[in-house]
Amino acid sequence: MSAQTKFKTLKDIPIEDDTVPGGTLCAGCGGQHIIRIFHKILGKNVVWVNAAGCVTTLYAYPLSPMKSSWMYTAFASAPAGAQGIRDALDILIEKGKVPPSEDLKVVVVSGDGAAYDIGLQSTSGAIQRDLDFYYLVYDNEAYGNTGFQMSSSTPFGSASTTTPPTTLFRAGNTGKKKDLFEIWRAHEPPYIATLSGAHLTDFMRKVEKAGSIKGPKLFLSLSACPTGWSFDPQDTIRVERLGVETGIWPLKEAVDGEVRHTYVPRTLKPVELYLSTQDRFRHLFKPARNDEAITRIQQSVLRYWTKVGKQEGFEISLAK
Amino acid sequence: MTTRKLVTGNSAAAWGARLAKVDYIPAYPITPQTEIVETLSKWTREGVMRARVVQVESEHSMLTAAGTASLAGARVFTATSSQGFLYSLEMLYNIAGWRAPFVLVNVSRGLAAPITLEPDHNDVLSARDSGFLQFHAENCQEILDLMLLAYRVSEDRRVLLPSIVNLDGFYLSFTREPLTLPNEDSLKTFLPDYEPVDPFRASAPVAKGTPVFGGHIYSYFRYQLHGAALRAIDVYREASEEFESEFGRACGPVDGYMLDDAEYVLVMSNSFATIGKQAVRRLRDKGFPAGLLKIRMLRPFPTADILEKLRGVKGVAVLDQNIAPGSGGIIYPEIAAALYHEWDRPDCILPVVGGLGGKQLTMDEMEAIFYELKSAFRRGDRPKPMFLMREDELNSVKQSLSVAGMNKGARK
Repeated sequence: MSAQTKFKTLKDIPIEDDTVPGGTLCAGCGGQHIIRIFHKILGKNVVWVNAAGCVTTLYAYPLSPMKSSWMYTAFASAPAGAQGIRDALDILIEKGKVPPSEDLKVVVVSGDGAAYDIGLQSTSGAIQRDLDFYYLVYDNEAYGNTGFQMSSSTPFGSASTTTPPTTLFRAGNTGKKKDLFEIWRAHEPPYIATLSGAHLTDFMRKVEKAGSIKGPKLFLSLSACPTGWSFDPQDTIRVERLGVETGIWPLKEAVDGEVRHTYVPRTLKPVELYLSTQDRFRHLFKPARNDEAITRIQQSVLRYWTKVGKQEGFEISLAK
Repeated sequence: MTTRKLVTGNSAAAWGARLAKVDYIPAYPITPQTEIVETLSKWTREGVMRARVVQVESEHSMLTAAGTASLAGARVFTATSSQGFLYSLEMLYNIAGWRAPFVLVNVSRGLAAPITLEPDHNDVLSARDSGFLQFHAENCQEILDLMLLAYRVSEDRRVLLPSIVNLDGFYLSFTREPLTLPNEDSLKTFLPDYEPVDPFRASAPVAKGTPVFGGHIYSYFRYQLHGAALRAIDVYREASEEFESEFGRACGPVDGYMLDDAEYVLVMSNSFATIGKQAVRRLRDKGFPAGLLKIRMLRPFPTADILEKLRGVKGVAVLDQNIAPGSGGIIYPEIAAALYHEWDRPDCILPVVGGLGGKQLTMDEMEAIFYELKSAFRRGDRPKPMFLMREDELNSVKQSLSVAGMNKGARK
């Protein structure tokens, strides 16, 4: 990380808040947490462009929880909505119809349903057009707002209301999580990063760094969902931290396509510690332990870290 | 001061965008609309037009970008056809609710399946209830004139709704006709710069498109939308009168042709109205009291203008160049409903469906509509709907099937 960062410790979190308390989302929402922090770093000259999802309900006309601007578009086309606003501001500033002081940062904010599934086409288009925008994904690994159905971000082994564990499908979801980071990277955008609400210094430095980069910028955050994942809302940060420490959620960035892990958990905690905190994985342990599925999840994490460790020159091991 | 050019319908639409001095054109190609975005791409890249064309990856995104750019304060133009129009349909409803004024040209083309290229109006009429204002052009000049009027009405503070200007694919999109371009100075007065309401600006944060909770607040917004669309009738009339005095062309919500002493009137829209008018002339030569009412403005529905023209005639035939399977034509019930409470309403209203997928309409078919209308009036019973298809056309279908070995008779 660059030496001139403003964010050295947690104490450097800006005190100014551009989101106000009293939001309508679930207690302990990981998504709302990262939006709040993201907003603190970007400042209030922002227009959020939202796709359908949980955070859409932050707004209930005529109330607004943000000191910035907001545009709800549709499920599939928030990046295109960002395109229209960015282009309009650029053209109007260029023609002298709007002073540059009125310019705004354009930020798409959506869950994984829009980011991984229905909005992927419009995302791909916006990246290819080199649109100058941020895309913040609060990834809770399912369609949370509609009651927790599977999305293409749902990991193997997770229960969801459309992948319930049964005697025929013991693992719950048998598909695997789509790699959105790599899908973005294949488009060669200037900046992509993963975030965790439990690693805020890393989080803030990444948003800070991206601030000087023009073009499409992805921020993909694992956002623990007490309602869908079924855990006590006070444990959100703990669950997210376990996601990072078990290696399930790698913290990384890619500047001009060069990947670097920004936090290396050299001694990985066993995935069970993470899985067992959430009822969406309970069927892997009760009534009978599903060793095959748990081993498969553990192996996939180890394979990932062994591969990236070789590329970046570090070694990891699994804690006993 | 005016300029005349010989241009296609698509080119006339491009001229409409150019003369309206649009800032932004999100684009996506589809036959038969492509020439519009190709022309605008060329003009903006050559620098003769100071706007930005951004080619996006779908019509759904194209309309999303058009809507948000309009809310951000740019004057926006875009165009599509048929399948692309349907692909964007979710956004059409959204954008009208956003009250984002801009102009969308639809180059009509029949809807799949079966997939085809030639025109009818099922595509554009699928947005009938979206909240977009809707204007239908008969010829190249009307495309341009209606676009300029559409910007003026859409952006009016009493309205603030987007507009669709519809032209027929092939019959009009690729037909060259003389086009009179209004001079730019007069246009400046008629169509001043777009003044957006609460656009996205750093000094004045604003939230748009946000959800409502509860049917009461939803209804509040939907009724406001309806009210704005209704206000657009008077705003349009005012604008078209000013347009006529400035540019010399009448462009009211409807257009009557030989209606003065007409007893039997054909109601229709778009390019085939040219054929309809020719049939009316021919019938008049034979002493048949025919007339034609062309609908230019379909949304809002210009009930008063229609009543004024149709009150007191003996019979009305409504030619729907669309089909609502299981019901009939889409415009017919609207005309019938408009006339119902008039004491001197026509005794007979004949529903006709024809011209689907660009099916040619001959003089004979047009005349047949009038003859059927007259005999239905005389019979005084409920007229049977007409579905136009000539014997030679049916034989041609049968012959194709026979060549392919699919003719039932041939198989036996």
